[in-house]
Amino acid sequence: MKYALFLGCTIPVRSQNYEMSAREVAKIIGLELVDLPDFSCCGFPVKSASVETSLVLAARNLAIAAEKKLDICTLCNACTGVLTEANKELSENKELRERVNDKLRDVDKEYKKGVKIRHFSRVLYEDVGLEKLKGMVKRDLSSLRLSVHYGCHYERPKELYDGFDDPENPTSLDKLVEITGAKSIDYKDKLDCCGGAILGVQEDIALEMAKNKLDNITAIKLEMAKHKLDNVSAKKVDALVTQCPFCSIMYEDNRRKIESKFNVQYDNFPVLYYPQVLGLAMGLDKKQLGFRLNKIKATGLLQKLGLE
Amino acid sequence: MIDSKKLDPNFKFEVSKEIGGANIKHCFSCGTCTVGCPVREIDDKYNPRKIVRMVLLGMRERVLKSDFIWLCSMCYTCYDRCPQGVRLTDIMTALKNIAVREGCIHPVFKEQARLVGTFGRLYEVEDFDNKKRDKLGLPPVKKTFDDVTKLVKDSDLKELIK
Repeated sequence: MKYALFLGCTIPVRSQNYEMSAREVAKIIGLELVDLPDFSCCGFPVKSASVETSLVLAARNLAIAAEKKLDICTLCNACTGVLTEANKELSENKELRERVNDKLRDVDKEYKKGVKIRHFSRVLYEDVGLEKLKGMVKRDLSSLRLSVHYGCHYERPKELYDGFDDPENPTSLDKLVEITGAKSIDYKDKLDCCGGAILGVQEDIALEMAKNKLDNITAIKLEMAKHKLDNVSAKKVDALVTQCPFCSIMYEDNRRKIESKFNVQYDNFPVLYYPQVLGLAMGLDKKQLGFRLNKIKATGLLQKLGLE
Repeated sequence: MIDSKKLDPNFKFEVSKEIGGANIKHCFSCGTCTVGCPVREIDDKYNPRKIVRMVLLGMRERVLKSDFIWLCSMCYTCYDRCPQGVRLTDIMTALKNIAVREGCIHPVFKEQARLVGTFGRLYEVEDFDNKKRDKLGLPPVKKTFDDVTKLVKDSDLKELIK
């Protein structure tokens, strides 16, 4: 298994813990991630202003991967969506492809069909497979209760993702969490958007979208107490697990802002990237997985595992 | 009240010519988009069903100069659920693209175009960032991309990055 690693804009400067943990678990799995320094922005940030420019930027990245005969592995949901969409549009629409290639010719690039784009979690789920991953678990995480947030562009729109998961009822990330022994705890409105894409447009709406999710995750405790589903005592969630830097920024970096704006207080539950969870299960140490960079410290979770 | 004299009956055709805009006329106003919209749940000034209706009626100026077209969070919930395959997320993007060409752009997207045009990324990578990456055992990343800057300067966004 070999992929070109597509980092995008945010991960290399703001979410290095995601990158570090993904690289570490990839090493154990034998998934080769090749760095192509010429990969730039995927094109998503200019799409609202110009779809065509967004396509040109996406096509430039796809051309770079094609030159090296490599498929692309992404970590960010927005990069996944924009690159996959551009790939589909450009391979199916000859007129558009010629228009985009006209522009790319000026920088000695050419879009060609054939590059495959896969989110890191999907590579784990499909290429590596749950059984193989399960066989690599060295540390028991069965004491952990985790809730997952898929993020919109991981499986929507469905026409881009070959039906690898059901966009209305996805299970792939829950299953990836559960192979570690941890429990994936369901919550209300699990598929709702984090609001990240409109944080700069209208912050109060975006923050309220993130707040709704945090409310729903922490409400698990109340629901459980109410329905006496757990005969020991109501337990909180140990972490929220994400797979996109934008979503993580909404739930982690903006947590304090949400708390003060809406006058609420959440349990200090951390936001982890999925490869950090998998890495813990594989026996890697917290330093290799970048836990120091998590802004909401995972102290309680690490203590549960005897790692702090 | 809608003044029919101020309507532009060609607006829907204009939108349908944009990339991703072709299916706008398929809308039969069922409201599935609005029901599932996470933004609408918080603020009803964003209402995708109503926006599509306004386009079909030809309320060109009201739509393009509005602040609501910028509020789509691009979550694709409506896109997947629409029984008519209208591709609403793409319609909202098409409307924003037309608005930009008419000189109406939300400042955040102007800034994003400037950053991507200047640095090839949404962030300026400083030496500090690469030093930090080095300490973390991560390879350095490029600080600028001349070819991306050239592509953006030759694009319809060139006016925005001056």
